[in-house]
This record gives sequence, C-alpha cells and structure tokens, in this order.
Amino acid sequence: MERFEITLDARPAGAARRSTLCGVVASGNLEVLVELGQDPAACTVEVSTSADGFRDIWEAVLADFAERHPAGGLRISINDAGATPAVVSLRLAQAFEDSAGGAA
Amino acid sequence: MTASQQWNTLQQGRTRRLERAAALAQGKRVEADQVVALLEAIIEPGDRICIEGNNQKQADFLARAMVQTDPARVRELHLVQSVLSLPEHVDIIERGQVSRIDFSFAGPQSGRLARLVESGRITIGAIHTYLELFGRYFVDLTPQVSLVAAQMADRQGNLYTGPNTEDTPAIVEATAFKGGIVIAQVNEIVDTLPRVDIPADWVDFTVQAPTPHYVEPLFTRDPALITETQVLTAMIAIKGLYAEYGITRLNHGIGFDTAAIELLLPTYATELGLKGKICTHWALNPHPTLIPAIEAGFVQSVHSFGSEVGMEKYVAARPDIFFIGADGSMRSNRAFCQAAGHYACDLFIGSTLQIDLHGNSSTATRGRIAGFGGAPNMGADARGRRHASPAWLKAGREGRGDIAMPRGQKLVAQVVETFREHMAPAFVERLDAWDLAEAAGMDLPPVMIYSEDLTHIITEEGIAHLVRCRSPEEREQAIRGVAGYTPVGMGRDKRAVENLRDRGIVQRPEDLGIDPRLATRDLLAARNVKDLVHASGGLYDPPKKFRNW
Repeated sequence: MERFEITLDARPAGAARRSTLCGVVASGNLEVLVELGQDPAACTVEVSTSADGFRDIWEAVLADFAERHPAGGLRISINDAGATPAVVSLRLAQAFEDSAGGAA
Repeated sequence: MTASQQWNTLQQGRTRRLERAAALAQGKRVEADQVVALLEAIIEPGDRICIEGNNQKQADFLARAMVQTDPARVRELHLVQSVLSLPEHVDIIERGQVSRIDFSFAGPQSGRLARLVESGRITIGAIHTYLELFGRYFVDLTPQVSLVAAQMADRQGNLYTGPNTEDTPAIVEATAFKGGIVIAQVNEIVDTLPRVDIPADWVDFTVQAPTPHYVEPLFTRDPALITETQVLTAMIAIKGLYAEYGITRLNHGIGFDTAAIELLLPTYATELGLKGKICTHWALNPHPTLIPAIEAGFVQSVHSFGSEVGMEKYVAARPDIFFIGADGSMRSNRAFCQAAGHYACDLFIGSTLQIDLHGNSSTATRGRIAGFGGAPNMGADARGRRHASPAWLKAGREGRGDIAMPRGQKLVAQVVETFREHMAPAFVERLDAWDLAEAAGMDLPPVMIYSEDLTHIITEEGIAHLVRCRSPEEREQAIRGVAGYTPVGMGRDKRAVENLRDRGIVQRPEDLGIDPRLATRDLLAARNVKDLVHASGGLYDPPKKFRNW
C-alpha cells in the first residue's frame, strides 16, 4: 500500500464543475473521485495504490493527464487496486468528462 | 548396384513387429487391457514415436499406457509430436525412456520440460512450427509408431475422426506409407461410421478406450472477461488496420484481444459500414466469440485446424460457413488450415508477452520451454506467394518501397496492452528468449514472430505501422511510440514520435477519430457466454466450466 499526493500545473477547468465518482475498486481497476479544489491553476491528485514502487509511472501518467485536460482547480482522489496505466488514463478521462456534467 | 542390397528393410521390420503383436489382437482389434503388452511388443529401442495430441484432442489412453511399459524394453525413444501437453508426455521422459524430442508446443508442461533440459536428461532437436514438423514427418522424422485418437472405428478399422480430425491425417499418412505402425484409440466401435476419415488399410490396430479421449476447449474466451482496454485496441484494429487495408482473409490468435475484435464486428464495424468489406474469409477454429459475427452475416467461410468443445451442433447447422461432410459433421485438418493461414490469408493478428525494440516478439519466459504452435507459420510473410489481393499489394508497396518487381506482403500484427498483469511491461530491451536459449543450449532463441515479418503493433496508445518505416531507427521510435509508460516507451524521442505521427506511421486513437471514453463493454455483441448461447439460437452448448447460470 502506498499513498502520495502530487500537485500539477494545469489550465483552469472553469466553472460549472461538479463532484463525481467514477470506476470501481476491484482487482485491476480503480476508483476516481473528482472534487473542487482551491487553486484554479493547479490540479492536486492523491493516490492510494495497492501496488508499491510505481510512483514514477503514476507521475508520468498524471502529468500527461494534466497536459491533455484543463484540470486546474480540481482535487482528484484515486483508489487503485493494481490498475494498468491504460485503465488509469481511461478512468481519469471519464471522470473529467463526468465532472463537466456533459456527454462525451 | 550391389546384389546384396536389401530394399525392403522397413517392410521386414513392419512384418516382424506385426508378428510379435499378432497374439495380442483379434485382427486389428485390441482389448484395452492388452495395450501395454501391445506397445511393448511393437516398439523397438530407438524408435521415433508420435503420441497424437495437439492443443485440442489427446490420445490420452495410449499416453497413459506408454508410461506403464517396461523401461527396459521401451527405451531410447525419439518423440516426434506436435504438443507435449499431458503429464504422461513428460512422465515418459522422466522415466528415462526418451532420449530426444522434436515438437512444436509444450503449453502446460513447459516448466517441467525446461527443468529436464537444464539437468541434461533430455535433448531437444528443435521447437518447430506445426507445418515444419509435419513437413519433417515426410522427410527425416517419419514415425515408426504412431498412437492416434479417433472418435469411432468400424470393425474393419476405418476411423471417423469427425470435427476434431486435426493432426491425424498428416501423422497417419507419414507413418503408414513408410513402413510404420498406426495404433488408434477410439471412443466407440460401431458397425457403420458416419463417414471414413482415415481408411482401414492405413490403420494397424484399434482399441476402445475406457473413457472418451480428452479434448481441451482452448479456443473459448468468456466475453465477461474482456476489458475496456481490449475493446479500445479492438476499435483501433478495426479502424486503423482492417478498414485501412480492406482485410477480407485472415486468421486470429486465441487471446481476449482478438475475441474482442470478433465481438465488435456486428456492432462497431457494422456502424462503420464495413460489413462485406472486411473479415469475410477465415482460417480459424470455431471460436464461440465469432457466433455473433456469423449470425450478423459478416462471415462467408471458415476453415478450421480443429473443432471446439460445444460448437459441434452450431457448426453443423451452418454448412455454408464451415467445412461439413456429407454426413453432416465438420472435418478439420490442422496441416491444411496452417497452409491456408500461411499462404491464403492476408492478415495474422495475435497477442504476445514480450516485444523488443526491433519488433521481435515471443511468449517464451524464463524457466519455461513452451514453443508457439501455429502462430509462427501464420505470422510470417509467405515469400512464395504468387496471388495478389488489394491488402497484400498495399502492404507490399508500403513495405518494399519502389522496387522494380511488384510484390505484396503479408500483414502481421501483434496486439498488446503496454503492461500485462502485475505491471510486467510488454515492451522490453531484450527478450527473455535469449536467457532461455542460453540455459537450454538451444541453437536459436525461441522467437514467435520475427521483426522482419511484423508489420503492425497495436496497444491502447495507438497503432504503429512498422511496415511504413524507412529505417531501423524509425522502426524503434515507432515501437517506443506505442509503448506507453513502460521504460521502453518513456525512452522515446518525443520529437521523432511526433514526426512519425505527422506521417501516419504512429496513430493515436484521436488520430483515427476514436474517443477512448466510448470504449466500453456495451460495444461487445455478447457480454457473457450466455449471450453467445442466445446468439447461436441455443445450438452452442458450452462446457460446464463456462456455465455460471
């Protein structure tokens, strides 16, 4: 079990964001909670993962997420049960979309 | 020519063996409790023996009888068989009765086999492809004695091998026409066979086994276990590869990645207007996951290596699609289907465990000597091919560039998620196959698909059109470009990969107009085994282990 928090520079997500929960905590999957944070120019991500020793990969996945999505002002919590980066990226994209309240 | 030259020693050997066995049989018929004595009477030290068993049906009763023979009499054997899959295939080696093996695939016995090789207790001639091994049956590895499996025999010794004919014709033909002895275990002996698959005069003995021969349902993939990532790679394959090249003739591997493609044909591919334009003709076992595509009218023809447990009734009810005898049941043939996969298909697509920076791929891992079975024959460009098709010509133009003599090229694709379970990267600097070759003293590292044959890699990051690369450096960056967050992927030159994207060599999902968020299991035409049964109109009868309702 490993826990850490990363703060990333990100373009502001803008108003009209809402809290959302996406995914499930099951083997090879994960749960992503999106809430509103304080700083509109930063995205904070708190990761709890069942697999130790992959912090470098998490940082790379999350940096790409922050680069591709205007996630500034969001506070994201991740409960990971050993998901691969492919699943992490997919859930983050889905949760980000859900937090805007719109369709894809 | 010398007067003393004997030209019929094989025939004399055969007669000698049959004389020793005569008292143990009534004509060709042998009782089950006489089989061990029969094997001891027939087999001579140093014989090449084939115990039939591919990854599907097994001559399991005869394999069990082999390990009960007296090691003082039945010894120094050279096993020449497709697959070492039953424990008995390796037990007989451990009992010291075998000195050499030539084979294709060792699946479940791969760990035990590796230990025997490393301790010097067995020598491996080579790990072949199926066609290679069948080829050598007719050149320098002809069996002296073959133990085969059939569903039924009649009283004359004709055999009905039915849907699971598989390797039997190749084995029996080589053995019977070069002075060898063929012994067949059968599930039942009947007065009249549905049809004759192997004629009686190629068969020396038949024995009714106490239990029906085992058949492994190796090609059944439960749609419930298909992941969203596999749905995404299936979407990329359909749009970025199948539609791009107009692939109509193909073979699929047995993994979940390709099962996902099969289940997206009636949904995603149909929405893209691809029905009738792709995936019409197949060299493929009767995969249950192909049922929805067949029912949707996507598929025109399927020839099979073997059958699949539970698919018999469904297949028999679709004679326009499958190869069905006048008796109404399917006949498979591994040798012909492998030849079809090699020469008559434009695409092979399958999965692997490791891909290196050149694009060599292998499922070999440390401590396991597994082999590859059918993939290397189908996943290799058929250099001798002479007939053209649009997909083959397009790949040839891309791969060979402006050469004076027009040639096509086979499309060979590997689908992998960048990380396998337990975060094992699918992309590596060096294949484990090298360590394995070193430890086992092999001449060649066991590579499944060679770099020069691989034209495409598909991952959740996108598709790499390796066939379009102009240099080894470009090829390496294209591979790194779809390797995601693996160390190989992180080591990419970002500018070089962006340049490859601009040239359509690396395509991300968004470059293909695919939104990864739409890659959900809702796109699967069947989401569980029960859906497959429904799609088949109740004709598909899945094995118990796949029934959870």
